[in-house]
Amino acid sequence: MRIALFLAAVFAAAVALTALGVSAQESLRSYVIVGDAIPDSLTGEAGDAARGRAIVANRSVGLCLLCHRAPIPEERFQGDLAPDLAGAGARWSEGQLRLRLVDASRLNADTIMPPYYRLDHLQRVARNFAGKPILTARQIEDVVAYLASLKE
Amino acid sequence: MRKLSVALGLATVFLASLAMAQAGKDQRRSGYQDMGPTLQKMQDDDTANPAMLYVQAGEALWTQKAGAADKSCADCHSAGSMKGVAARYPAIPPGGDRPVDLEGRINLCRTEHQKAAPFGAESEQMLDLSAYVALQSRGMPIAPPNDPRLAAFRMHGGQLFKGREGQLNLSCANCHDDNAGKKLGGATIPQAHPTGYPIYRLEWQALGSLKRRLRNCMIGMRAEPFDEDSEDYIDLELYLMDRARGMTMDAPAVRP
Ligand code: HEC
Ligand code: HEC
Ligand code: HEC
Repeated sequence: MRIALFLAAVFAAAVALTALGVSAQESLRSYVIVGDAIPDSLTGEAGDAARGRAIVANRSVGLCLLCHRAPIPEERFQGDLAPDLAGAGARWSEGQLRLRLVDASRLNADTIMPPYYRLDHLQRVARNFAGKPILTARQIEDVVAYLASLKE
Repeated sequence: MRKLSVALGLATVFLASLAMAQAGKDQRRSGYQDMGPTLQKMQDDDTANPAMLYVQAGEALWTQKAGAADKSCADCHSAGSMKGVAARYPAIPPGGDRPVDLEGRINLCRTEHQKAAPFGAESEQMLDLSAYVALQSRGMPIAPPNDPRLAAFRMHGGQLFKGREGQLNLSCANCHDDNAGKKLGGATIPQAHPTGYPIYRLEWQALGSLKRRLRNCMIGMRAEPFDEDSEDYIDLELYLMDRARGMTMDAPAVRP
């Protein structure tokens, strides 16, 4: 009897832990907004600009080129719904770029730029994307590093 | 002198109203108008338009007896009686209390009049027959019925069109009202007028329904598409048809 209860407790704990593990993995890292920027890296580390460039270039990962042009000449089909990303690093600080990516609606409530690192206030998200941000914290940092390198 | 100033006055009024008429000119463009001349030519030439092969298959189905009633569509309808039908659906069928689209209407005839099993929503037969029926409205203006019972469904469709959805948090209107004519990646964003359905879409290499087109856009927004038989599609179609009221039907169309 006691053993059975103990086992049940262990089992319940394991279930709880698994649930926690999943939500811990998928929940967003917290960040602090100062003015129009998120000054600190989401991961505590600097991103990698080369990886960031690949993310921006990829139509099904970054999606940026659907709307923006960028100095990525090997990608022929670039959109024109949004400003050219060339020179973004000269116009904005890393912190400003980070907030723009994380949740551009904080800067312009009507923006069409998707919230890359936000999970709330979304409707009818497709099952395979539900509960996931568009980019991970690490990917955000990689893209910030790439954009910051675009000085002209 | 007095006469002259009156004449001048009239001329000014005339010019002003002319300018106003031009400013108020219909700004709507169909997907056909957004295509390059090569694709337009392909659509215009019935021997080059791949959708016409499906129309031929549809014409054969039209005269084929089916179901326990052993009746063909042609036993009850002349092809001529289908003129303008595709241009006014979705509509509420006799005895019904909510709208059905053209495909839904065809399936009502399958089950009620032919006593046969309904066609699958995007089955080959449904596409063939709806292409044949839609062709009868080619060149006619889109003319949704003035049925007051449709208003609530259409309004719901408008809400679906304007509401943000999906992981990308976009609305249909964000692209098709606010950014039509611009480039999304390599594609020109059309105004999303349903003038040509079913369409032969080059990307599909096949004929496809309006529902399939809408589903594609929802998947692009990373939104969960409506279920195949969802009433939401019909409401959205009602809204789109009303938005395109008066535009010319060009079904079965070719689209990139
Ligand atoms: C659906 C369209 C869309 C997508 C996808 C998109 N953006 Fe944007 N973005 C915009 C629009 C529109 C603006 C203009 C400001 C506004 O309306 O918020 C903008 C603004 C920006 C700006 C500020 C531009 C400037 O210099 O003034 C940056 C930087 C930016 N986006 C980066 C990105 C990156 C990086 C990605 C991909 C990870 C991306 N965007 C994806 C639409 C988009
Ligand atoms: C991010 C922009 C975007 C969004 C959001 C979007 N669409 Fe589209 N839509 C497109 C593009 C681009 C095409 C044309 C595709 C092509 O030519 O390859 C298109 C095509 C269409 C067409 C076909 C028009 C024709 O000429 O046959 C319809 C209808 C349509 N969309 C309706 C919708 C509806 C309804 C929604 C909302 C559920 C929606 N779209 C959301 C970009 C978008
Ligand atoms: C036994 C006779 C019968 C057969 C067979 C039949 N229908 Fe009908 N159909 C009708 C009647 C009657 C209506 C009028 C609405 C009602 O009462 O259901 C109708 C209405 C329609 C309408 C709507 C017309 C409008 O003006 O709104 C379409 C489209 C249609 N039929 C297509 C078809 C097709 C396609 C087939 C073959 C698959 C078919 N019908 C087979 C009797 C028939």
